[in-house]
Amino acid sequence: MQIKTVFAGFGGQGVLMMGYSIAHAAMNEGLHVTYLPSYGAEVRGGTANCTVAVSDEEIASPVASQPDFIVAMNGPSLMAFQTRITPGGTFFLNSSIVEGRPNRADVTLFEIPAAGIASELGSPRVQNVVMMGAYVKATRLVSADTYLRSLESILGARKKAAMEVNRKAFSAGYDYID
Amino acid sequence: MDKILISGNWACGEAAIRAGCRFYAGYPITPQNELTEYMAEHMRQAEGGTFIQAESEIAAVNMVLGASAAGARAMTSSSSPGISLKQEGISALAADELPAVIVNMMRGGPGLGNILPSQGDYFQATRGGGHGDYRTIVLAPSSVQELADLTMDAFDLSDAYRNPVLILGDGMTGQMMEPVVFGKPRPRRYSEKYVLKGAGEGRSRFVRALILDALRMEEHNWKLVRKYNVILQKEVRFETFRTGNAKLVIIAYGIAARIAKGAINRLRDSGYRVGLIRPITLWPFPAQIIRDTAERIGSFLVFEMSTGQMLEDVKLALEGRARVGFYGRPGGIVPTPAELAKAIVQEYQR
Amino acid sequence: MKKVFSRPRSLKNTPFHYCAGCGHSITHRLICDAVDQLGIRGITIGVPPAGCAVLAYNYFDVDMLEAPHGRGCAVATGIKRTLPDRVVFSYQGDGDLAAIGTAETFHAANRGENITVIFINNAVYGMTGGQMAPTTLLGMMSTTSPPGRSATLDGHPIRMSEVLARLEGTAYIERCAVNSPQNILRAGRAIRKAFRYQMDGAGFTMIEVLSQCPTNWKMTAAESCKWVDEVMAQAFPIGVIKDIRKGEKHAD
Repeated sequence: MQIKTVFAGFGGQGVLMMGYSIAHAAMNEGLHVTYLPSYGAEVRGGTANCTVAVSDEEIASPVASQPDFIVAMNGPSLMAFQTRITPGGTFFLNSSIVEGRPNRADVTLFEIPAAGIASELGSPRVQNVVMMGAYVKATRLVSADTYLRSLESILGARKKAAMEVNRKAFSAGYDYID
Repeated sequence: MDKILISGNWACGEAAIRAGCRFYAGYPITPQNELTEYMAEHMRQAEGGTFIQAESEIAAVNMVLGASAAGARAMTSSSSPGISLKQEGISALAADELPAVIVNMMRGGPGLGNILPSQGDYFQATRGGGHGDYRTIVLAPSSVQELADLTMDAFDLSDAYRNPVLILGDGMTGQMMEPVVFGKPRPRRYSEKYVLKGAGEGRSRFVRALILDALRMEEHNWKLVRKYNVILQKEVRFETFRTGNAKLVIIAYGIAARIAKGAINRLRDSGYRVGLIRPITLWPFPAQIIRDTAERIGSFLVFEMSTGQMLEDVKLALEGRARVGFYGRPGGIVPTPAELAKAIVQEYQR
Repeated sequence: MKKVFSRPRSLKNTPFHYCAGCGHSITHRLICDAVDQLGIRGITIGVPPAGCAVLAYNYFDVDMLEAPHGRGCAVATGIKRTLPDRVVFSYQGDGDLAAIGTAETFHAANRGENITVIFINNAVYGMTGGQMAPTTLLGMMSTTSPPGRSATLDGHPIRMSEVLARLEGTAYIERCAVNSPQNILRAGRAIRKAFRYQMDGAGFTMIEVLSQCPTNWKMTAAESCKWVDEVMAQAFPIGVIKDIRKGEKHAD
């Protein structure tokens, strides 16, 4: 098993955090993992993305030329990555923001109104964690428990109070998927 | 010790501090800024630690020269264009026989090139890099864990041989995060007699690279060579991977070697008998294992993220004993294991 | 008979290789005098440059670490930050300090590195054979400005002391000369004062020494001493350029 995911969106949508948190959780489940952020001039102009590879054996390349999963938090990310996704791959779309849909017939699509759900929770900032709830449930890369524990240890250093709303956000996203 | 998820640049900084590095000077350049930033934050917290954001790469390496002579475990880091600037200081460190660790997170070149991962600085790293007859030990990590481990080793090697040690990573090694368990700090073994700290009541000493007398200069050159010969004897490191019964052996280092492993695993599944020799020290170069392997195996494929630099060392090691093919992707391209596998199959079927 | 002059203890008993009339040897002795008087021989580390003074370690009986050309201030920074209780000085010529090493000098000064720079200004590259220096005077001939330095083509001589004095990190900067007994005594006092400032942690100190180079100036030693007063000191006025403790009482 080797799964590569690209998380992409606007700067400020917590895209790098999404990748970091799932990488952290995968590490805690004893899996091999690499996390590769976009960097330098590539991240200027307000877009960000990162690639996470998770595997039960040593990972050869941290780069995903054909990602298995793409999490697109905004429209430009969909446009940028829809040609690269592997045949049979899965798209997670932040459907409250992204108007377009993939032009590929060979992919599975999850439309998650992550931004909308986050706003309903009164905290638009946690749209990334809403999405991660859906992502974790759909991909089964790690258990919800492991993910939340990782998230807590990552946030722990900053503030405990933030964890409560994040937990709610995660559940909302998790429950959004059947 | 806990496993933590950490980027190569940070892991390198943390490992350096754990290894007792107490002087760091650097200058911003992508893709190694996170290392400088890590040092800015953590070196100040380390007891007796000094961090300086220097006015240039040249100043940074010369500050390291001063700090090293004064007895500090000292380090500087940069990426390709900045390493070019540091060569003056690296040459001086080698001439003065002073320890120092220099990290190069390589990017695409020549010139400013780009900021993507590349392996175009192999010649510069393994041939001394600056002017004059000297060598630096060159360590090439292929994972964040190995980067952390080699960083700690680099300080010990540097002290043991009183010679600069280069860590040759690339943009990807620096930027990517992987789980890391840090090694235990070891006590420093470095004689006080080499430390310049004021003459006290005793005789004054000087450390210098200028030797105007030709015979004495030559003597110094040969003295360095004797030291380099010991390094060649004792410090070669490499990894072999699935070379048993192989028909074709790939030779790759650093991030390229990981990609090669991925390609080899795929190909082995399809019945291709391919393996890997991964030099961990680029200088001293693991020539012997390549020669030994050539006794059983008739062909090699060198894979580099450059136009072919280590290739020359492989050819020198083989002295015509075996066929050597080459697959290279310079300029910041990181080929996929699948792409490399194609190139390997082509070579395999030759 | 009373002994009134002798070789300083921290000056090695080695004949200088410098040309007759050169200012280096006098300045070396002044530094050693200061080191002796302050009793700091055992804790002083010097940084000699590339240039005529590259062999300074043959004369100074203190620990020394040679710097690559121009990097004296960076090397001294590395030493001083590692051993803050030592007295660290770099010894640099005009090409070293004000051309190839301008960045290192400027930024060490700006950081207020607690080091002392002895800056030998002889308006010429001495060791390499008399090329134009950043401090070469307008109209002055050199091997690389054969018709004389042109402001249009070569720019103006740089007054580094005045430039560095504008930086907040500098504590004490004085321009001296070693062309007459009076100037030599004054230069010696300045060097001692700079070391004392450093020992007090005052910040960056620099003593610029207008230093005669009869060989490359193509003059006799006596003519060169006169030339320092009559020509060079007109472009590079002698005196205290900056002293953050001016007005404070201190023993000197």
